[in-house]
Amino acid sequence: MRRRLRRRCYEAWTGKAIGRCDAAPGCLRSACNDAVLSAPILISAIVNGLLTGSVYALVALGLTLIYGVLHIINFAHGALLSAALFAAFFAYQKAGIDPYLAAFLLAPAFFGCGYFLQRYVIGPAARGDERAMLLVTLGLAVLIENALLYAFRADTRTIDLPYAFKTVDVAFTFVAVPRLISFAVVFVVALALWLIMTLTDTGKAIRAVAREKLGAELAGIDVAHIYAMTFGIGTACVAIAACLLIPTYYVNPSAGNAFVLVAFTIVVLGGMGSVPGALCGGLVIGVVESLGGFFFGESLGQAGIFLIFIAVLLLRPRGLFGASA
Amino acid sequence: MKVFLPIAIVVAALAAVPLVVQSNVVLNFLVVALMIALAGQGWNILGGYGGQYSFGHAAFFGTGAYTTAILQVHYGVNAWLGFLAGIAAGAAAGAVIGGLAFRAGLRSSYFALVTLAFAEVLRIFASVASITGAGVGLLIKLDLHPEAFQFRSRAIFYLVVLALVAVSLIIAQMLERSRFGTWLVAVRENEDAARALGVNATAVKFVAMAISAAITAAAGCFYVQYFLFIDAPIAYGTWISIEALLTPIIGGAGTVFGPLIGALVVKSIGEGAKLITGDIPGLDLMAFGAVLILVITFVPRGLFGALVDARASLARRFVSARKSLQGAARG
Repeated sequence: MRRRLRRRCYEAWTGKAIGRCDAAPGCLRSACNDAVLSAPILISAIVNGLLTGSVYALVALGLTLIYGVLHIINFAHGALLSAALFAAFFAYQKAGIDPYLAAFLLAPAFFGCGYFLQRYVIGPAARGDERAMLLVTLGLAVLIENALLYAFRADTRTIDLPYAFKTVDVAFTFVAVPRLISFAVVFVVALALWLIMTLTDTGKAIRAVAREKLGAELAGIDVAHIYAMTFGIGTACVAIAACLLIPTYYVNPSAGNAFVLVAFTIVVLGGMGSVPGALCGGLVIGVVESLGGFFFGESLGQAGIFLIFIAVLLLRPRGLFGASA
Repeated sequence: MKVFLPIAIVVAALAAVPLVVQSNVVLNFLVVALMIALAGQGWNILGGYGGQYSFGHAAFFGTGAYTTAILQVHYGVNAWLGFLAGIAAGAAAGAVIGGLAFRAGLRSSYFALVTLAFAEVLRIFASVASITGAGVGLLIKLDLHPEAFQFRSRAIFYLVVLALVAVSLIIAQMLERSRFGTWLVAVRENEDAARALGVNATAVKFVAMAISAAITAAAGCFYVQYFLFIDAPIAYGTWISIEALLTPIIGGAGTVFGPLIGALVVKSIGEGAKLITGDIPGLDLMAFGAVLILVITFVPRGLFGALVDARASLARRFVSARKSLQGAARG
């Protein structure tokens, strides 16, 4: 994301694409011009980190939900995110649907897709064996990612939205509008999820299965259905995240992986299965990545995330918000 | 000694291949397949017998590969010594990662994640550090002499990798028959029960991880000698983590011959897909993903496991048929 901003910014500097970036001297220029270290730049790095982190949090939310109920890490999460990015890309490119509107189409579509995968592929293949389930999600990840590669090649694509580089002045720094929208949407989605979980019967059933699978089954809850519902909701989160990302991000068959490795970290940091943990973890990791990239360069910033990941796994595998391991 | 007879027969049969086939394409295919079988056998020791599913065996493949390459390129160490050093470095990496992960009590999903994370961290560092050649990679000087571990003929390379595979088969066979192997299987089947019976599960998993890492590192060392080039996406990339796991799962995890059968099947599928699509990437890996799901769904014990099961059920049927015949004769 940073690199893209940097390129756009360079274009603006050199006058190749004047008019795109004109209102954004503060935040965008600080991203490309990290020679001088001063408070406004640092603040803008933190703010940008928080905004990026909110999308990470959404991806992690789906992952943690699935872990909380099925007790497996869904390794296909990244591939599903890539697929959703492609869907959002083509929705805009071919049908002219604005990504934010496409979310209303893609979320139900990916919910159905996730439901189907768990109910008719992962569930029957694994027969309740955790290790088999892990392997099936890995197999799905390889299958989906390479199907995308086969169909669309490795080309990186972007869309050009008229408002993609609009910014607003939030007193101490400038913030890109799409990222502000995504920040707000993530919290709306989290709130909606919380309402679903606490108020609806399905939500109660999901929580019951997460707590005590056998007991829930004895009480007449269809566990296979609840598993699939949970997987569907997790996949829908990914679809919404894709719609939020596509205005400022790119898409290629492995684009989702970068997010999911980060999402693993967040889920572990926040405590596997913990929803508030995923939200806070996402914001923390967003800031860490932004500052790490700022001080050490992009690829080492990524390594910093993994080191946090390993440290948390080894020292406190229950996560900071410690649900049960 | 009788238990080693199947290994001797299989290895002898494979060793005879270069006498019959001289085609470089076939030999190259077999060399790569055996290399993957070796990496897979490493995974099999820990994942197949021990039930600890690592998603990051690239960490060991890459460490072995880089160690032998760095020693040769930067320090002028003899290739054979570098080879041994690479295996030792791989085992050390396994010991460190295993020590940390198992002491922290990580299981199933958590263990898979931490191994994946270690492989990724190593990949990122290898792609920026100068000693690993950063983004450019390391190129080993061409020196076609046996003392430099480089051979003019592919057949010799083939025999070398076959010898390595033979050693890995013997290790797996010995493990299967040993007390240590029984402990390892006990940990796989039910770790808490094994602990209750006095098995030091952490130590058992730790040793298994070191052996496993050493075998996979040997595959990495061989890769470097064969292709004379290594860079971060090859050494620590997910492809090798996936292939090392795919081969034993498809062939039969926790069996001696599983990885070998799996590697031949996986590589045949890969080549078949390449024949169909030519240069368009993706189809071979797509097939791997699909085969992985199909195998877990329909032959959860793998091809070799299914064979063993079929033989056992045939034998049972034979015995019961004979019994009923005897019963009929008596009655």
